[in-house]
Amino acid sequence: MNFDIGNPSIGLVFWTAIAFLLLLLLLRKFAWRPIMEAIGEREKSIEDALASAEKAKDEMARLTNENEQLLKAARAERDVILKEAKELKDQIVADAKVAAQAEGTKLIEQARKEIDDQKKRALAEVKSQVSSLSLEIARKVLQKEFEDGQKQEALVADLLKDVKLN
Amino acid sequence: MDFRHFFDSKKISFIAIFAVLATFSVTNIAKAAITDTVAATGHEAHGEEEFEPTKMIMEHISDAHDWHLWGHTSIPLPVILYTDKGMEVFLSSKFHHGEHDYQGKYYTYRLVDKKKIKVVDTGGEVDEAASQKVWDFSITKNVASMFLAVIVLLLIFSSVARAYKKREGKAPKGLQSFLEPLILFVRDDIARPNIGHTYARYMPLLLTIFFFIWFNNLLGLIPIFPGAANVTGNIAVTFVLAFIVLIVVNINGNRYYWKHILTPDVPWWLYPIMIPVELVGVISKPFALMIRLFANITAGHIVILSLISLIFVFQSLAIAPVSLAFVLFMNVLELLVAALQAFIFTLLTALFIGMAVEEHH
Repeated sequence: MNFDIGNPSIGLVFWTAIAFLLLLLLLRKFAWRPIMEAIGEREKSIEDALASAEKAKDEMARLTNENEQLLKAARAERDVILKEAKELKDQIVADAKVAAQAEGTKLIEQARKEIDDQKKRALAEVKSQVSSLSLEIARKVLQKEFEDGQKQEALVADLLKDVKLN
Repeated sequence: MDFRHFFDSKKISFIAIFAVLATFSVTNIAKAAITDTVAATGHEAHGEEEFEPTKMIMEHISDAHDWHLWGHTSIPLPVILYTDKGMEVFLSSKFHHGEHDYQGKYYTYRLVDKKKIKVVDTGGEVDEAASQKVWDFSITKNVASMFLAVIVLLLIFSSVARAYKKREGKAPKGLQSFLEPLILFVRDDIARPNIGHTYARYMPLLLTIFFFIWFNNLLGLIPIFPGAANVTGNIAVTFVLAFIVLIVVNINGNRYYWKHILTPDVPWWLYPIMIPVELVGVISKPFALMIRLFANITAGHIVILSLISLIFVFQSLAIAPVSLAFVLFMNVLELLVAALQAFIFTLLTALFIGMAVEEHH
């Protein structure tokens, strides 16, 4: 028997070509194009969604970073201001101290001068009083001494004894 | 290339689905076997003919002018003849399974070997010279089965396309979610790596080839009515597919492709050898596609039918369990082969297109 399956029959070739090409054209128009487009669009939308999520994440990170930077800067500024205030305070205190010291020294100096003046004046008064008093005493002593004439004679003799004549 | 995806769990689950399908088809095989038993015993009772496995197998894998249902019942199919005098259209039931000649408008026709239509002269003898002039464009079993596959494919994919329009931007559902991985598989694992960035242009062809071959392979595995035809195991069908690939590859071949063929990178005095070799290569690539698909599918059918035949060769019901166990195994294997051959045909098509459109820098 001869079934020749290895021998293509013209009818089957003809109908296969028609069926396949028709299937190809119809599926291309009504199935593959819309399906591939829909799949492509969906993939694109998923990709876009992922990209935008990534972008949002980046933006978030950027904002957080910015906030941190701002906070850091604010803190640094605060520190600077505080430091400056402290310095100013120290300066003021130091200046005040110096001024007070100078004033004090001046006052002390003045006081000392006054005291010296007062002392000198007092001493001068005391000196004059002492001298007048001494003179008074000497005058009174001398008056008493020379009330007796003999004694004057003795003294003169005594003095003369000491004087050696050359 | 990267073939790691063969071992993906996704693909393994496909095999599982095939296995489930296979159990159904095996029950059908068993039914077919019983009807064949009835037919065989019926024949023997009449003493008409002895069981010939080769004849039975060749009949099953060959094309036919009617679609066999059971016993002596079959669906008649239209016979379309293009003769030198004009068109002849009539139903194949007019032949009464080849027992009667049919008197047409122009000639008297006889069905020989249930397959060939020959012209009979007035003396009742086959007139070979007149037969040569008659072109047979009949809707045979293979053509009808192929049309069925085409209609099913159109229905399925137009419904899937509608689903994409209706559920725009949403996750796939139902049939759509079953077919989308396959479509993506063809795109991401077959077209893109082999063709490159111009792959989108060839996607319709590759997808159509893949699903056309796969569906026809699966239909061929069904042993009763809507299937039972050996469409992709017929060389005429694989010839047309391979021829389309040949045309597409050579139409889209760029100047590098043609330069490689017509002025190969060898000393000029080797051209008389190299150019014919390259031209043979152009033909042999699609030729291999044609033979591979035809041989694989036909071989699968022959193995299954041979295993069934064992029961009738031994004329013992005791052999049936063994035979059916092997048939079950073969059916599962054939389900795998059905997808695998569709995949290989598509992959090689993509590869040939990729080689033809590749840009050299």
